Amino acid sequence: MRTKRPLVLVTVVAVALGLTACGSGDSDSGSPDAAGDSTITVAYQKTDSSTQQDALMQKSKAEFEAANPGTTIELTPINAQEDGYFTKLALMNGSPETAPDVIYEDTFQVRADAAAGFLAPIDDYLADWADWDQFYDGAKEAGLGDDGKTYGVSMGTDTRGIYFNKQIFEQAGLPTDWQPTTWEDVLDAARAVKEAVPDVIPLNIFGSKAQGEAASMQGFEMLMYGTDDTLYDADAAKWITGSQGFVDSLGVYDTIAKEGLGPDLQDALDPNLPNRVSDELLPQGKLAIAVNGSWVPGGWMTGGVPWPEWEDVMGMAKMPTQDGQDPGATSMSGGWLLSVGANADDPAKAFDFIAQTLNKENTFKYDTEASQIAVRKDVATDPAYLAFNPSFEFFSSLVDVTHFRPATPDYSQISSNIQVATESVITGQATPEQAAKTYDDALTQIVGDDGVQASS
Amino acid sequence: MAILLDRRQHGRGPERTSGPRRAVQSVLRSVPLLPAVALLAVFLLGPILYSLYGSLTDRSLTGPAAANPQFVGLENYTDLFSSPVFWSSLVLTLVFVVGSALIGQNVLGMALALLLQAASRPVRSVVSTIVVVAWVLPEIVAAFALYAFFSGTGTLNIALGWLGLEGTSWLIVLPILAVTLANVWRGTAFSMMVYSAALAEVPPEITEAAEIDGASGPQRFFRITLPMIRRAISTNLMLITLQTLGVFTLIWVMTGGGPGTSSATLPVLAYQQAFKFAQVGYGTAIATVTLVIGGLFAIIYIRVLKPEVD
Repeated sequence: MRTKRPLVLVTVVAVALGLTACGSGDSDSGSPDAAGDSTITVAYQKTDSSTQQDALMQKSKAEFEAANPGTTIELTPINAQEDGYFTKLALMNGSPETAPDVIYEDTFQVRADAAAGFLAPIDDYLADWADWDQFYDGAKEAGLGDDGKTYGVSMGTDTRGIYFNKQIFEQAGLPTDWQPTTWEDVLDAARAVKEAVPDVIPLNIFGSKAQGEAASMQGFEMLMYGTDDTLYDADAAKWITGSQGFVDSLGVYDTIAKEGLGPDLQDALDPNLPNRVSDELLPQGKLAIAVNGSWVPGGWMTGGVPWPEWEDVMGMAKMPTQDGQDPGATSMSGGWLLSVGANADDPAKAFDFIAQTLNKENTFKYDTEASQIAVRKDVATDPAYLAFNPSFEFFSSLVDVTHFRPATPDYSQISSNIQVATESVITGQATPEQAAKTYDDALTQIVGDDGVQASS
Repeated sequence: MAILLDRRQHGRGPERTSGPRRAVQSVLRSVPLLPAVALLAVFLLGPILYSLYGSLTDRSLTGPAAANPQFVGLENYTDLFSSPVFWSSLVLTLVFVVGSALIGQNVLGMALALLLQAASRPVRSVVSTIVVVAWVLPEIVAAFALYAFFSGTGTLNIALGWLGLEGTSWLIVLPILAVTLANVWRGTAFSMMVYSAALAEVPPEITEAAEIDGASGPQRFFRITLPMIRRAISTNLMLITLQTLGVFTLIWVMTGGGPGTSSATLPVLAYQQAFKFAQVGYGTAIATVTLVIGGLFAIIYIRVLKPEVD
């Protein structure tokens, strides 16, 4: 029996070592503790195709440090896709030691992060900021938390639509001023491309968990909000279960997968697909139709992968509703904000940095380079802004038909389950009906029986 | 190894003393262990207990539950056990562990060790170098290499093309098989080295005596060699099982647990729930279940192989 004890000990050690491989536990990654009140740490996302945030932050850092001697702006760019960015940010925010002072934040995360106590309310500072009047009401609301306080300043917004390659369309005998009026029109065009130009991917609608919010928003919700149903009843404050629109939206994924109209599964599940679509597949003419966001041309004009010919090659069309029902087209809008971290040593100074980063000059720079729809009146009405990018006019026109994601703190978890549903359909693991049922169960588990209502 | 050393020390005939003196002596003898015990309690037992507690809360990465996690009792576990994804993940985990560790690494490692024992010296050094390279590579590098091997336009399909065979996207069509083979490739070296060392310790005179008595090759192996290296087998099985149970990087890089959830073993599922879907409490519950499974395997090995009995 004597040897048993060391053996058990070895066992426990081995189990624990094995489990550390799960990556659990908050690693102490991120910025070192801010040294006194003279350093402001700024966390933001940086990828190969979105370098505009970095350019904006570098410029603003230089300006702020020149105007405030003794203050250091410590930039902490996080090299990650959207999904990984949220995780890293949440882990940084898990400890006051590593929490950033200024946070680049997606609008749909604001309520969740405000409820989690990661963000500081900035109403008092906004009251003294003359520029705040320049922001449209919708942009002001985007930063509201559940408690009605403001937690972020909007950098710009976006809409989503369909990009199509006119050269491929010509080869397939499709009109180059294409405007589908129903989902079936979109699928028919994809079928025509598959028939006539077999070596290109006919149609891409994001649908994999690995692509995170892109799959929910640029993908599923572009379909879902074009049906007669919705995800969330804002008046009753209840999430909808068992809707036909949900099943029908998944049905489009099913059709694309079954008829081979989309990228092959290996690409469809690639976490880098959003970047590859904008940097590689569209510019190289390997993808005919892509449902995607208004920021994509920004990458072609000022991003890491320039493609000056895009104006001639790419056409843009509104995303139709399911059967062409009113208003005939649909879109989704989001956008990003700058927020002050709840653990900021000097929140007033952190806000000053945000105010300067989003003053007129810098907002103009960012909104034009990153292809954002401006939410500051002085930028939106500037003729130089409208002239900068020929796609601005089209994407701004979608504001009339656009939708916003349900702004509840648990949206991000529910969104993950939408991605589970779409992925299970494109991989053939579930039928649209089964996937919708799994979503309903997960939804009820997240928000509770009181938080849902059956579709009428 | 620690076990073997420990046994030998005890085996060298400790002086038997009697009564209270013996008790005092054993207490005094365990004093040097205290720092180690304290460190284990702080860095091992502490986190395990904390994760046990965490799995009983609704702690989340963001949202209200991040600020004020609530104690929810066994809710995470009841949700988990009623989730079909969990059961399929459990089956995948067992397939992965049994297929890649118990069968793949273990049997292949033993076979290689036996063959190398009989092989000439140059063959032995060349083969063992090649096998050990997979073990030397950092896990992330090995994972990328295997991704490149199995992916749609990867080495495997190109090689199949030379033979006139048509490949398939292995990581999509047979994801669990791909990661199982990958883990066999990566981990066999460890078993091979453990078994080579153990086989070298078997006194040749015993096998020779058996040979003279007329025992066949398989008989000698199963009745002489295997029982004599039983302790090495037990230790090796335990280590590779627990290691395989915790494999994350390899699967995450190669398939991301997908397509869908068709290669999501428990560690991958735990990571996804905790850090992708932000449900830290739920993910911790999965990790706890994984810990229990590792413990069960360990108990089985100790009971069945009885390493302490000579």
